[in-house]
Amino acid sequence: MSDSKRVLTKTYHQPLGDKLWRNFVIGIPYFWLLLFFLAPFAIVFKISFATPIVAQPPFTPLFDFTANASQWLLATWDNYRFLTEDNLYWVSYFKSIKTAAISTLICLLIGYPMAYGIARATSTTRNILLMLVILPFWTSFLLRVYAWMGLLGKNGIVNSLLMNMGLIDSPLQMLYTDMAVYLGIVYTYIPFMILPLYATLEKMDPSLHDAAADLGAKPWQTFIDVTLPLSMPGIIAGSLLVFIPAIGEYVIPALLGGIDSLMIGRTLYDEFFVNRDWPLASAVATILLIIVVIPIMLFQRSQQEQE
Amino acid sequence: MQKSSRFVFSALCFGFAFLYIPILVLIAFSFNQSAITSVWGGFSLRWYTALFNNEQIIEAALLSLKIAATSATFATILGTMAGLALTQIGRYRGRLIFTGLIAAPLVMPEVITGLSLLLMFVSLQELIGWPLSRGAGTITIAHITFSMAYVAVIVQSRLSSMDQSLQEAAMDLGGRPTQVAFDITLPLIAPSMLSGWLLAFTLSLDDLVIASFTSGAGASTLPMVIFSKIKLGVTPDINALATLIIGTVSIGIMIASWVMFRQSKRN
Repeated sequence: MSDSKRVLTKTYHQPLGDKLWRNFVIGIPYFWLLLFFLAPFAIVFKISFATPIVAQPPFTPLFDFTANASQWLLATWDNYRFLTEDNLYWVSYFKSIKTAAISTLICLLIGYPMAYGIARATSTTRNILLMLVILPFWTSFLLRVYAWMGLLGKNGIVNSLLMNMGLIDSPLQMLYTDMAVYLGIVYTYIPFMILPLYATLEKMDPSLHDAAADLGAKPWQTFIDVTLPLSMPGIIAGSLLVFIPAIGEYVIPALLGGIDSLMIGRTLYDEFFVNRDWPLASAVATILLIIVVIPIMLFQRSQQEQE
Repeated sequence: MQKSSRFVFSALCFGFAFLYIPILVLIAFSFNQSAITSVWGGFSLRWYTALFNNEQIIEAALLSLKIAATSATFATILGTMAGLALTQIGRYRGRLIFTGLIAAPLVMPEVITGLSLLLMFVSLQELIGWPLSRGAGTITIAHITFSMAYVAVIVQSRLSSMDQSLQEAAMDLGGRPTQVAFDITLPLIAPSMLSGWLLAFTLSLDDLVIASFTSGAGASTLPMVIFSKIKLGVTPDINALATLIIGTVSIGIMIASWVMFRQSKRN
């Protein structure tokens, strides 16, 4: 929309109706997200300084105004101190970041050529291939993780195939390993990588390739010098869409990982549901939030650039 | 064929095989007579019969469908408003925070969203006595919150790629902003609102982690029941359930894309 036109049309509006409508359209979703998305983080932060007790709710208040002046503040650093002292949490955070990073890289390596192929296909083929990428995205995440349990289990399909072919004598331990976790993350998150990559590759002008080829560039040179830099926004958006949620992943390590697969999402979940230590779970969540806040801001920026 | 295009072709074949073989195997084994999930014992529908006789699963499925329909509807209303606020209204204070509030739920790890919403509900209950108990209602609010962001993104991308001249003409002719929105803009973005609703519906139907945090003692959604069963290993009746869900969704998506394909061809 041209700006002059916008200014022109503005003068026709009755200021009050315009303003009321505007405030309504902005205000309601804004208020909802502030109340149910942003404000809850403040409460998590607050409760991470509380002490767990056996009660309903299972934590102490931070302030006790009935106590005398020096004792009314009941907040404690104990939860954070506990997190730094116990090795389990360090290992969990580190392993989550490592798992998410490696899975993102594998998604990129598999997803990039696929997105490239889809973007270069003829329009009918392209529609069909795109639909095939989107289809798993609509079907149940939980059930797609579950599908791998049947494949990888000790009596699973892969093991019985390999044994029937005489390649192995006894079943391999594939389920409940780190490899299964990587496989699960790549499998369920790969559409999130392919779609933004496709969006940037599809917009690229094919004549750029012809020009590079005419100037004597080899195909791999064209790829490194032209295609790859131009598809950077898609690489960034796709990688963040996989990396950030994968750090806090719970379902995949819980179903496919071993007992020792300490990813932080699982540690937090168990802290909350098994140990019922809400303040400690809140402290774990606060630190996880600090880890993901910069990637999320990068993601927001990449979204805005697409606008 | 060129060397590079042969590479791309094999990458596509490998990628789609990777995406689809596990699902196809799962579907095939749902018709397995044998209770051992890796041995083919002949064709049978016994797991489907077992599924329809499982009251716990049926009850959970109905609850999930109810939550999904309600939350998708509210998410579509709120998400459409958010999409309008992000594209149709120029600058205003707090716009940057607003875009952040829309982008963040898309990637926020579920354990954080779930835990923080639960603690919010607990604190609200202490402060103002609402919500009285946790269950279908609190799960619905949680689902509205994260799925409205998806709706907003879909609506927003349609609005920003749309030809604005119809709306401008309507405004030039003296249409009030509400009139323009309801008579011109909303009909134009109706298809993306529908896909937003469908996406919100399936996201809600599929959510395990956030529902587990925000649910109370009584309410178990379908993913919660499925999860508690499959944690212990593969069970053939869940294969049958998965086939039904995946089959329904796939047929729906294929019909929708066929209709859209025909429409785009006609235009």
